Amino acid sequence: MRRPSLLLASGALVLAAAACAPADDTSTTASAAASPVGSAAADACAKESLKLITPGKLTIGTDKPAYEPWFKDDNPSNGQGFESAVAYAVAEKMGFTKDEVTWAVVPFDSSFAPGPKQFDFDVNQISITPSRAKAVDFSQGYYTVKQGVVALDGTKFASATSLAELKDAKIGVQAGTTALEAVRSVIQPSKDPSVFNQQVDAVNALKNKQIDAIVVDLPTAFYVTAAQVEGSKIVGQFDANAGEPEEFGLLFQKGNPLVSCVDKALGELRSSGELAQIESQWLTAAAGAPELK
Amino acid sequence: MTEGEAAGSPVAEPEAAESPAGNPEAAGSREGDLRAEPGGTSLPSEAAAPVGSPGRGESPVWVKSERQLRREAELRGRARRSVSVATASTIVVVVALVVGITSSPGWPRVRETFLSPEAFVAALPDVLRGFVLNIEMFLIAEVFILVLGLLVAVVRGLRSPVFFPLRALAVIYTDVFRGIPTILLIYLVGFGIPALALQGAPSDPVTLGIIALVLSYGAYVAEVFRAGIESVHPSQRAAARSLALTQGQTMRHVVLPQAVRRVIPPLLNDFVSLQKDTALVSVLGPLEALRQAQIHKDLDFNFTPYLVAALLFILLTVPMARFTDHLAARAARRQTGGGTA
Repeated sequence: MRRPSLLLASGALVLAAAACAPADDTSTTASAAASPVGSAAADACAKESLKLITPGKLTIGTDKPAYEPWFKDDNPSNGQGFESAVAYAVAEKMGFTKDEVTWAVVPFDSSFAPGPKQFDFDVNQISITPSRAKAVDFSQGYYTVKQGVVALDGTKFASATSLAELKDAKIGVQAGTTALEAVRSVIQPSKDPSVFNQQVDAVNALKNKQIDAIVVDLPTAFYVTAAQVEGSKIVGQFDANAGEPEEFGLLFQKGNPLVSCVDKALGELRSSGELAQIESQWLTAAAGAPELK
Repeated sequence: MTEGEAAGSPVAEPEAAESPAGNPEAAGSREGDLRAEPGGTSLPSEAAAPVGSPGRGESPVWVKSERQLRREAELRGRARRSVSVATASTIVVVVALVVGITSSPGWPRVRETFLSPEAFVAALPDVLRGFVLNIEMFLIAEVFILVLGLLVAVVRGLRSPVFFPLRALAVIYTDVFRGIPTILLIYLVGFGIPALALQGAPSDPVTLGIIALVLSYGAYVAEVFRAGIESVHPSQRAAARSLALTQGQTMRHVVLPQAVRRVIPPLLNDFVSLQKDTALVSVLGPLEALRQAQIHKDLDFNFTPYLVAALLFILLTVPMARFTDHLAARAARRQTGGGTA
């Protein structure tokens, strides 16, 4: 009696598989059919014709905790902090009022994992690289980032004036950041860098003197020295890769037609000088760090 | 099929007895064979035939009764049927899974992000390098874990009232450290001990990670040892004590040797578990296999490196699991005196 039930079970499995597969297909075709309303590019970016996760609302994703100076008080929806301000500026350009913007908590990993997304775009200090662009779509860059080195005041590496002097330092970085690549390709330290899950873990290790220095993007470096680690200083800044500047981009599900509309909004913000204004409002301190060569 | 046939013939009988883990159909047919003897039309000398080795001088005349032949054919048929049903249902399930997964709309993306050969090759050297660190960590940790676990188990077994504080300490230790999730313990030890800024306290993340693993697994292993010690029959202690052995001598020469032998399979089980949990030390910063895989994943937004790490862990744990099975089987064989009881 067990055998027929097994066959029945596998039969049910086939049915289930067959039932699952097309379900997603129909939903995509249905929503695809709904989206092309206007033919001109301007019309396609009209608020009503945008294909959004939640109709009528712009859903923006970011990780939690959301760190300063990118966000303030771990609350992306207050419009404060650089990325929150940029996100709201983009939304406004696209015709969304402040209460038509909703925020979703999206861990970094799930922002680029395959599968349906719960955000229209994700803003999380994500650097644009060609290999990443194979998995997701990026907007234009909205911020050109440099890397900053932070060490405890009075320690051996705090007085370094060149990258060569940092070669023997034990350096900590946060996983998933381009800082690790920057450390490896630019500083080329003699010891393996330490890689931490969270920025605060790296900061803790620095406080505990388990590492000599941390490398983070420059605005974060200013936040670390100002608010997170007493008696720390920025040793200096450097370019992540010698060739092209590293830029943060808004992240989209691969193939999302929204990209061009957001790019258009970003372009307008840049040419009107608004983007520079937002940057100077939230990231001004970035100007004073000495260059490390 | 051949096994079923072999089991029926006296020539192959001793061979089959040597591998009791053989296929159950074969065992069934052998049983049927023996049961057949008394009721069958065969000569009484047949009953002895399977026991006697074929090389003996007076080779017994073996003539299978027609009934026996029918029975064997029936058993063979049944075995064939069950094998073909199993094969068919396996094929159906596998095909359903493969078709179901590959025809899903997201499959091309999944294949690209989880099963990319380029990403696999790119990540392999780094992940492998990280994996060496995992191996180092669990090999070092295991030594301390066994010592600590045995110590705690023995302390818990001390009878004298003088040792009450020690016993209480052992109980508290197992309760506390078995209760804390290993990853939490790694965090607490890894960031807590250096924060104390004590002179001479370790600050190297690998050392701290190993300390945390030893504390966590020591508690599990202590309980395994205690179970082993308690499984030794009280009569063994009584006998040893009546031979004028002290408590300590009884423990050392009588109880522990038996206890340890009994708990080797569960110990190896914990060892396999430890191998995997070395990946948790990644939170402290060292570049072990999981972290190396994560770095590659974050670089290209491709999850294939995780598959690389997973495969490496499997490659290590599967032989361990088989070795555990082998030891368990050997222990079972020894306890039954080599027979098939």
